Amino acid sequence: MAEITFREALRHAMAEEIERDENVVLLGEEVAEYDGAYKVTEGLWKRFGDKRVVDTPISEAAFIGMGVGASMLGLRPVMELMFWSFSSVAWDQIVNNAGFVRYMSGGLINCPIVIRGPANGGTNVGATHSHTPENWLANVPGIKVVCPATPYDAKGLLKAAIRDNDPVMFMENTLLYGEKGEVPEEEYVIPLGVADLKKEGTDVSIIAHGRAVLTALKAAELLQAEHDINAEVLDLRSIRPLDEEAILRTVRKTHRVVLVEENKPFCGVDAQIASIIQEKCFDDLDAPVLRLSAIDAPAIYSPELERRQLPRPTDIVEKVLSICR
Amino acid sequence: METLKNRDYSSAPINAALKPADKIRLLKEMLRIRRFEQAALRAYQGGKMGGFLHLYIGQESVAVGTCSLMGANDHVITAYRDHGHALAVGMNMNECMAELFGKATGCSKGKGGSMHFFAPDKNYWGGHGIVGGQTPLGLGLAYGLKYKGLTGAAMCFMGDGAVNQGCFYESMNMASLWNLPVIYIIENNGYSMGTSLARSSAFKNCLAERAEGFGIEWDTLNGEDIYEVRAKVQVAVDRAHKQSRPTVLEIATYRYYGHSVADAKHKVYRTEDEIERYKAEHDPINLWKARLLAERVLNEEQYEAMDDAAKQEASDSITFAEESPIPSVESITEDVYFEVDRQTAAGRTGRHFFND
Ligand SMILES: Cc1ncc(C[n+]2csc(CCOP(=O)(O)OP(=O)(O)O)c2C)c(N)n1
Ligand SMILES: [Mg+2]
Repeated sequence: MAEITFREALRHAMAEEIERDENVVLLGEEVAEYDGAYKVTEGLWKRFGDKRVVDTPISEAAFIGMGVGASMLGLRPVMELMFWSFSSVAWDQIVNNAGFVRYMSGGLINCPIVIRGPANGGTNVGATHSHTPENWLANVPGIKVVCPATPYDAKGLLKAAIRDNDPVMFMENTLLYGEKGEVPEEEYVIPLGVADLKKEGTDVSIIAHGRAVLTALKAAELLQAEHDINAEVLDLRSIRPLDEEAILRTVRKTHRVVLVEENKPFCGVDAQIASIIQEKCFDDLDAPVLRLSAIDAPAIYSPELERRQLPRPTDIVEKVLSICR
Repeated sequence: METLKNRDYSSAPINAALKPADKIRLLKEMLRIRRFEQAALRAYQGGKMGGFLHLYIGQESVAVGTCSLMGANDHVITAYRDHGHALAVGMNMNECMAELFGKATGCSKGKGGSMHFFAPDKNYWGGHGIVGGQTPLGLGLAYGLKYKGLTGAAMCFMGDGAVNQGCFYESMNMASLWNLPVIYIIENNGYSMGTSLARSSAFKNCLAERAEGFGIEWDTLNGEDIYEVRAKVQVAVDRAHKQSRPTVLEIATYRYYGHSVADAKHKVYRTEDEIERYKAEHDPINLWKARLLAERVLNEEQYEAMDDAAKQEASDSITFAEESPIPSVESITEDVYFEVDRQTAAGRTGRHFFND
């Protein structure tokens, strides 16, 4: 199987869907002639032309709202936000229009739009450019949220998101764009709402999404090598819909769980997951459900400290040891 | 807009083509809106509905005039003062009244309420509660038409207060930059809630003139004259159809009631005299009726019969709404996700709702 980068996997997904469905159109700032601020869409404008790959002005409210309006007429816009941080100026369009138009029309309208782009800290760009709004958006019934961690998942999930008939918020990570992974030549689609066991284990479950999955896998290696603890790592992949069964299955297997995310702790995605676990697996637990999130402050600039602010493998090891001894 | 007042638009081609029956239908549609809303107001005062009720009474000629120009690929979207446009595009009183009553038979199954009427089968895309929030959606309808190679226009209505929202400027920029067939129609009724135009907007001559900076054609219209509305909106529709270019129109109009029924102060921020003067001298229904009497396409008896029919239809819609069932509790979580509603593979995978 060929190894390609996360970035290439996303690009291949979009290229395949553009070829598959004439209603798929990519729009965003610098996505066409400049080849993408993070080169995710590199080459697509040359290959598919002005109609299918479109540069927009710096007007997130208008172009996201435009995509929503066009999707009501049957287009399938795939909108790039240069950073998910900039979604704040388009919030009304995303939440009220994409999220609620189906409901408020009593199901007469649906909105098959994908909004994608990087949502991560860790690149020393300060608090305004480091938001991880998956919890904000997963709070909105009507909206779906996906956070892939590997090239394989990124490709399969993006294809599913584009084919989905509801609005899907697809959150990537600039630190993952260059990461390589195996991706098959043949076409595949990964349904939303299916978690993936990234590593089997017996002693403790580490549940994560996005880049925190890779951190968890590194922690699992350390735990095995240095502490003889065999950790299981579950990648949620999709936040809403959520694979609750997979979560309950791993907790019932290992009886101990550490939830890891790069989001801030208060009302983070893992708060919801902890609530589900305590409600449905209370008797299976041999230890309290622990959470590890970013240190609860706006994203700090200082490169040395921002590395500390986000969960590190050693932080996870420490949490695991606190319930596995 | 006084200067425009004396011009006669009856001979504009789009109006010259009107048959007597068409002219009478315009009057009928205006009357239906007015009688529907008056019935709704009584029901509101009787405690039959919740939330807000923004009445369109006084502005009927705008929705009826513009919507009478719609062809197969022309679309309409508006703000929360949306009952008039809904009836003008052909929605029926029953589904609209039932929606106000929050009933399962409402156009949105009781999920949208007064501000959120929709009828995509009639090219009517709502009904939007966030001031100015519909302006990018209107842009998107125009983009969708152009993308699909269809000859059409997206008519996006908004208030004089909405023109001060940022996304409207972003939208005008993109509409002009990309040659999109969107028509922004500012229904200037002089007030945004309790704030008069003079206290909310900086401008030289008018609001529509702001389009100048984007290289967009614009015009001002006297909304009380349905001939003028049709003549000038048709120019914008033609521009959209033939040149795929946007237009900004500002239509002078007036609302008789408060901002919403809950607006207790509407005789404080404007005078009773002002309201009475508009009713006496500028009422679009009276003016159109007088015009049709003068043209001898209508007589008093016909008018009375038509008005009685509109009142009866409105009163029947109250009965319909009252007798309709309230939505089931289960329906609260329906119409949230398309895939779940249809129980597709995607809709059956993973947990979508987090109730216990
Ligand atoms: C973003 C936003 N801000 C404020 C409001 C509250 N609000 C609703 S209507 C309105 C006045 C708008 O006036 P205008 O655009 O002139 O429309 P009209 O009511 O006259 O039809 C205000 C302030 C809102 N719904 N949305
Ligand atoms: Mg107004």
